[in-house]
Amino acid sequence: MSLLEVRALEVHYGGIRAVKGIDLDVEPGELVCLIGANGAGKSSMLRAICGLVHGVRGSVRYAGEEISGLAVHERPRRGLVMVPEGRGIFPQLTVAENLAIGAYARRDPDVRDDLERTYRLFARLAERRTQTGGTLSGGEQQMLAIGRALMSRPRLLLLDEPSMGLAPLMVAKILATVREIARQGVTILLVEQNAKLALEIASRGYVMESGAITLAADAASLLADPRVREAYLGEGAA
Amino acid sequence: MDIFLQQVINGLTLGAVYAVVALGYTMVYGIIQLINFAHGEVVMIGAMVALTVINALAKSGLSPVTVVLAGTGCAIPVCMLVGYAMERLAYRPLRRAPRLAPLITAIGVSIILQHLALLVWSRNVLAFPQIVDLRVFHVAGARISNVQLAIIVVCVAMMAGLAVLVYRTRLGAAMRATAQNPQVAGLMGIDIDRVIAATFAIGAALAAVAGVMVGTYYGVAQYTMGSILGLKAFSAAVLGGIGNVPGAMLGGVLMGVVEALGAGYIGSFTDLCRYGWLARLIGERCADGGHFVLFGSNYQDVFAFAVLILVLVLRPSGLLGERVGERA
Ligand SMILES: Nc1ncnc2c1ncn2[C@@H]1O[C@H](COP(=O)(O)OP(=O)(O)OP(=O)(O)O)[C@@H](O)[C@H]1O
Ligand SMILES: [Mg+2]
Repeated sequence: MSLLEVRALEVHYGGIRAVKGIDLDVEPGELVCLIGANGAGKSSMLRAICGLVHGVRGSVRYAGEEISGLAVHERPRRGLVMVPEGRGIFPQLTVAENLAIGAYARRDPDVRDDLERTYRLFARLAERRTQTGGTLSGGEQQMLAIGRALMSRPRLLLLDEPSMGLAPLMVAKILATVREIARQGVTILLVEQNAKLALEIASRGYVMESGAITLAADAASLLADPRVREAYLGEGAA
Repeated sequence: MDIFLQQVINGLTLGAVYAVVALGYTMVYGIIQLINFAHGEVVMIGAMVALTVINALAKSGLSPVTVVLAGTGCAIPVCMLVGYAMERLAYRPLRRAPRLAPLITAIGVSIILQHLALLVWSRNVLAFPQIVDLRVFHVAGARISNVQLAIIVVCVAMMAGLAVLVYRTRLGAAMRATAQNPQVAGLMGIDIDRVIAATFAIGAALAAVAGVMVGTYYGVAQYTMGSILGLKAFSAAVLGGIGNVPGAMLGGVLMGVVEALGAGYIGSFTDLCRYGWLARLIGERCADGGHFVLFGSNYQDVFAFAVLILVLVLRPSGLLGERVGERA
């Protein structure tokens, strides 16, 4: 059984159909990536999965349960967590408080251990734990956003363009961390503009164009696919 | 008698109450960017409920403190219910509407509450029974009463309690997170509807206690008492920086002191007989230590709004506020 099963998903903004009937699956333990140009509807799809947009049609099943009718805050309690586009850290809360909010949906005693583990994963955050989120650099904010999501002990992590606006070195570092998180057993759906790096760490991938999935295959064949190479890897014929 | 010190003491008393009411405005604004114009009416309802209970128990033989506590104990849940109900029924359905809609609704809620109070408690000025015997202490040439002391102590305790709640508890963290980014707060598992409802209820509880204090301090209550008090507390919140919790506390206290000092000195400053050439012009009214006062202490309400206007002109973000300008 798939952990996430999206069927015929549509997102409407007023009269605009931004997502036009998408099918997508994520199996437990997978790192799946979704690539596509600006405005393809990637964020709209993630936001629909999380219950953030109205005007959604179709079905979203998570761990066997239809979740499209649930309130937004019910998802993290079930282990489905998104790191939104633009990070969405709380600028006036300290690093430690941001991370504590990540564990908001939990009430078990292991939160402290997870906090230490998060600080080990992102040593920069440990140094800055009393600093407010808004004073962090872009890369540090992305670490904080991912660390905060990890604090909820996700089963399925949705990442919306974690490399956005970061320098190449930091992009590589963030994506390496994503792979590490996947290795530790968290299932991940990664949305990325940086198609090459994303496909290199993913096992499978989807390509989205103007609201529809146009290609779906394992990551290696997508990397080799001439259409992908031309459109997303900046290669091939002019 | 030292007028300055006396007015500072009176101002601190009043300011402490303003601060407590201002917190209600600022917390709600911080979390949903709504100026809840009906908040002053919650203070009024607190005073009215307490007055009813205190009147009923005045001759029961219970100690005055017990009676006042009983009045407060009834006012708090009633006001929390009112605060919760207005959020639930009036503001929540408009959460995604343009900002003007909830703002106008708030004015409507305020009018509705006033007129409900009019129906229940009549249009008369109602007197709080004098059950607490006033004791006055003399400090450095000024007087401070046991009621003033109690008001200051209770307000400081409530502000400290609120600060602990906002900055040290799980609910407080959820409130601050929701204020900064409600969507992401929801993504992190925070039920923002509950957090917003809790914010209204907490603000209303503070307002209830403020209502009891204002009622016992002035000895009267009327269904209209909430509007001017609410406006002053709102001005205090703007002075401190709307949305900012420490700012509301600071703004409230400053507002009280400014108002008391203003009321204390406006009479002598606008006594035209003080100014030689004007005194000569006026002539006999100024003879033998006479006065020609333009504005008496009944103009005290002017100061709060003069401060509001000055703040809006000179420093719209308030003393401790950071966010400037209008959010769309
Ligand atoms: N709130 C909204 N109201 C109206 N239209 C919207 C809204 N959000 C997104 N859209 C439109 O929906 C389409 C898809 O947007 P979306 O943000 O999902 O794209 P994306 O694939 O995430 O793009 P990017 O890579 O730039 O983040 C775009 O045409 C966008 O203009
Ligand atoms: Mg996007």
